[in-house]
Amino acid sequence: MPLVSLRDVAKRYSSPQKGAAPIAAIDGVDLDIEAGDVFGIIGYSGAGKSTLVRLINALEPATSGSIVVDGTEVTTLSERGLRDLRLGIGMIFQQFNLFNSKSVRKNIAYPLEVAGRPRAEIRTRVDELLTFVGLADKADNYPDQLSGGQKQRVGIARALATSPRILLADEATSALDPETTQEVLALLKQVNRDLGVTIVVITHEMEVIQSLATKVAVMERGKVIEQGDVFEVFSDPQHAASKRFVSTVIKGVPSPAELSVLKERHVGRIVTLSFRDGDASQAGVFLTLAQAGVDFELVYGGINDIQGRAFGHLTLALRGDDQTIDGALTAVGSQATVTEVR
Amino acid sequence: MDALIDLLPKLGDATVETLYLVSFSLLFGGIAGLVVGTGLYVTRPGNLYSHPVLYGVLNVIVNIFRPIPFIIFLAAAQPLSRLVIGTGIGANAFIFIISLAATFGISRIVEQNLLTVSPGVIEASRAAGASRLRTLLSIVLPEALGPLILGYTFVFVVIVDMSAVAGFIGGGGLGAFAIQYGFRQFEPVVTWAAVIIIILLVQLIQFFGNWLARKILRR
Repeated sequence: MPLVSLRDVAKRYSSPQKGAAPIAAIDGVDLDIEAGDVFGIIGYSGAGKSTLVRLINALEPATSGSIVVDGTEVTTLSERGLRDLRLGIGMIFQQFNLFNSKSVRKNIAYPLEVAGRPRAEIRTRVDELLTFVGLADKADNYPDQLSGGQKQRVGIARALATSPRILLADEATSALDPETTQEVLALLKQVNRDLGVTIVVITHEMEVIQSLATKVAVMERGKVIEQGDVFEVFSDPQHAASKRFVSTVIKGVPSPAELSVLKERHVGRIVTLSFRDGDASQAGVFLTLAQAGVDFELVYGGINDIQGRAFGHLTLALRGDDQTIDGALTAVGSQATVTEVR
Repeated sequence: MDALIDLLPKLGDATVETLYLVSFSLLFGGIAGLVVGTGLYVTRPGNLYSHPVLYGVLNVIVNIFRPIPFIIFLAAAQPLSRLVIGTGIGANAFIFIISLAATFGISRIVEQNLLTVSPGVIEASRAAGASRLRTLLSIVLPEALGPLILGYTFVFVVIVDMSAVAGFIGGGGLGAFAIQYGFRQFEPVVTWAAVIIIILLVQLIQFFGNWLARKILRR
């Protein structure tokens, strides 16, 4: 059974204009998140990602549909039930949302105080968490004395205080510089791997999905338009929006502008060969072309690695008579996906 | 100058009266303003205890009473003072009326300072499982404490001003002293003496308020 399961979930707001139809922030979403996943949700701003993730810990009540978290139906919980639900779900934020009036130690202790844990236990647990996020020396500092990366580490420690099974990350790295982003992503990976915490990460940055997520859902206008293994979605995106996202991180397919330059520079036919791991060896393809007597030149390309699995695109300019080329491409077709560019 | 020396004991009494008037007005008005201001804040649509109707009612009440010029409010509230605390004159009646007038002003200051607390921080508290009341008491109020102290320091100055106005219609204190023995007797030195004491008082509190707020904000 999935750890988090959404069925036909909708979230509608009444329209600011009187009489107008309500605005659907979330519109009939089905989603399953398995325990142990790092589940990425990607989409442009306004796509509904933030609302979707807040349905899971009921910060936003759903208008209709069913949301089951760890066996509990969330949509019908009482205030008391919500407390217990939320103690089992940590959350980190783009703007960190630390309590500026409290020291680092008190920030991390807060969920434990809410849970009513004894003081001695809180102290030990906070020390443990400080060590885990590498901020043992900052316990008595205040948030305004920390850098962005350190603040997010405190945020992570606070979110993990009650040993939740799920961590919701709302654009957790979007306010950080690239280097700090990598540090925080590494820490999140560690949280997933070492502590077995299921992470739901929402982002508009494909890099975050690429380096962290195992599954991904693409959102557009309140709907999940595509979901699956990160490798599948990256190597073979189906929807236009998914393709745009994928193209921001996947190098190897020439953009239209780059393509027109290539067409100018190279006479003859141009094809793009797409490889996915297991499908083919590039060596085999090159051998096939050479044996057929097709003169080829590599003009564009890139190989990507997603969680240890490789895929890539190579664009070749081919010279030779059409018949020979057609024959060779048919042979190559069994080893790679061939897209004729010209 | 001689006039002032003769009046020194009276000046001392007037200072004590002003302090009495101001401190109790600040205490009662401060507490009532904190309650009403917090009420405005939490019932504001979309906030912790979102209640548009209650918010609208509170909002209208505060909007009606807050802009009334204090000297008019003072006269108008006298029957109410007689009704509530049994007298319409004397220090206690003025404490009642000043507290009441200050409540409306303070409630706006409290509301505005609480509104500076980032909604994200409140969300973080709710996401950690905290109830609305706990979020209000252990997150919202402490987060706004620095600006609240500065707000109350400002209110102190306003209440000193109110107490001087009250002095004009028989409330006693430094305001009455300055009018009665300075202005009406053509003794500017006496008036200035009262002014200097008020300036010192205000500076002292302003300094203390700034220091406290800085300590709380750690900046």
